[in-house]
Amino acid sequence: MTRLLSVLIILLVGLVIASLVVGPAPIGPLTSLEALWSGDQTPLALVMREIRLPRALLAVMVGASLGLSGAAMQGYLRNPLAEPGLLGISGSAALGAVLAIQTGLAAGFPLGLPLAALAGALIGVLLITLLAGRQGGTLSLILAGIAISALASALVSLVLNLSPNPFATSEIVFWMMGSLADRSMEHVLLALPFVLLGAALLLTLGRPLDAITLGEDAAEAMGMRVRRVRWRLIIGSALVVGASTAVAGTIGFVGLVVPHLIRPWVGAMPGRLLVSSALGGAAMVLLADIGVRVILPASDLKLGVVTALIGAPLFLHLIYQTRRELA
Amino acid sequence: MSQLSCRDFTVALGDRPVLEGVNLTIESGELVGLIGPNGAGKTTLMRAALGLIPASGHCSLAGLDDRNRARTVAWMPQDRSVAWPISVEALVMLGRMPHRMPGQRPSAQDHEQVAAAIRQVGLEGFEQRAVTRLSAGERTRALIARALAQQTPMIMADEPIAGLDPAHQITTMQTFAGIADSGRSVLVSLHDLGLAARHCTRLILIGERRVVADGAPVEVLTADNLARIFHIEAFLQSTDHGPVFQSLRVLGP
Repeated sequence: MTRLLSVLIILLVGLVIASLVVGPAPIGPLTSLEALWSGDQTPLALVMREIRLPRALLAVMVGASLGLSGAAMQGYLRNPLAEPGLLGISGSAALGAVLAIQTGLAAGFPLGLPLAALAGALIGVLLITLLAGRQGGTLSLILAGIAISALASALVSLVLNLSPNPFATSEIVFWMMGSLADRSMEHVLLALPFVLLGAALLLTLGRPLDAITLGEDAAEAMGMRVRRVRWRLIIGSALVVGASTAVAGTIGFVGLVVPHLIRPWVGAMPGRLLVSSALGGAAMVLLADIGVRVILPASDLKLGVVTALIGAPLFLHLIYQTRRELA
Repeated sequence: MSQLSCRDFTVALGDRPVLEGVNLTIESGELVGLIGPNGAGKTTLMRAALGLIPASGHCSLAGLDDRNRARTVAWMPQDRSVAWPISVEALVMLGRMPHRMPGQRPSAQDHEQVAAAIRQVGLEGFEQRAVTRLSAGERTRALIARALAQQTPMIMADEPIAGLDPAHQITTMQTFAGIADSGRSVLVSLHDLGLAARHCTRLILIGERRVVADGAPVEVLTADNLARIFHIEAFLQSTDHGPVFQSLRVLGP
């Protein structure tokens, strides 16, 4: 376990450095890093501090959020197909963002879009709370998540359908593909408190998630308050996923695939998966975001497209492997 | 010494009353079989006694906080699925959870208790095997080891022998009998009245929302009780090998 965490941390540091030195501006790696620490007001120092640093920090935050939330969701629901989008939080955050673009709020002031997305996520959580009910079980939680996802998706389609402005329509479509380009430190500071609070809630779930391996009844009899665990999961996931979607758009497959990749290395215990999945998720998003800039530097390749292009084949490989093991 | 006592215990699921005014006591060293037809309320009684569903009346476990209850009784639900391919050792170690503070690593004593529990159910050599790769019988034994590692004076198991082949059914009941012989008390619900008669020191028959009979197997499995509660006629004979029970036919309305 310690060795796995060390490897992931080394990988993450390497990818953060790579992310900082990769960009359209033709600058050498050492010069870039020196400019970052110099504190100068040169154009290069500004590029490093205002463009590349927030981009790398956001990649770490968003990836860690998705990996952590995915691992917690799979552990709680005892289902390897669970992922952060299941609760409908990313869908409702996306709806908030889409409405901000359509109404011109996003163009009105810089943080209009992420704030609207956060408001969308908050409304999504409130709806889940109402639909799933205080006494509701896991099934009602999943059904409420599916209903909210479907409703948010239908409303996004309605906005696109009725949009009189083709520019807003194309902006919405591109935003929904997810990206970390052109983000600033304001985006980092906006998302950071939500991500930290949500991560703190999710990281305390290790022990109950281990117990839930045997089912909710057995976990409850071992002294775990399963209903409290459910609320910590909902609120923690809503905070990290809502904040991530608000600053980066919809980024799929990270929360689904990363826990699968890491599970064999931690003996499959859901509690041990939390920290390692967060680190793995951060590494995957950093890698994909570097890929976005290296593969087609001239085109505005979207991050969500690349994570799906990496994630889907990995997931297919895992399915193939599992099928072969079961045969 | 009494490990569980319920007095005037009443449980409803939603608007439907399931048990009314149930009285029962389980003593140390007993292997008690909880029997009754489908839907009689066996699972409901055990879950309510554990505090997993609300109930009224007195239950000795009700006054305990979560941690102390988990140190008093280990629960094996009917659902024996394990979600992830964790090792047998990791599964049994889950039983030590109520004895450790959050964040605390397993101690040498925890490892000793886990090894002893694995030995007691005869799963030595399987410690590193993924639970999902065990047979149904082996998995049941691994789950019993998990309950044993919890080091509680009492174990409650809901239909632990359902779905097992005859050899594994007998082995499982013998394991529970061994646990009871070591001074702990065991309450198991089961449908196999033959195994219940042969292995349990006492039977509690649930029907018509209450305890219909409570006593030695031959006192509980009477022709009248079997006809009234199970609607069957059966053969029951005390032999040198212990009581032998066989259902014969379903009685008409």
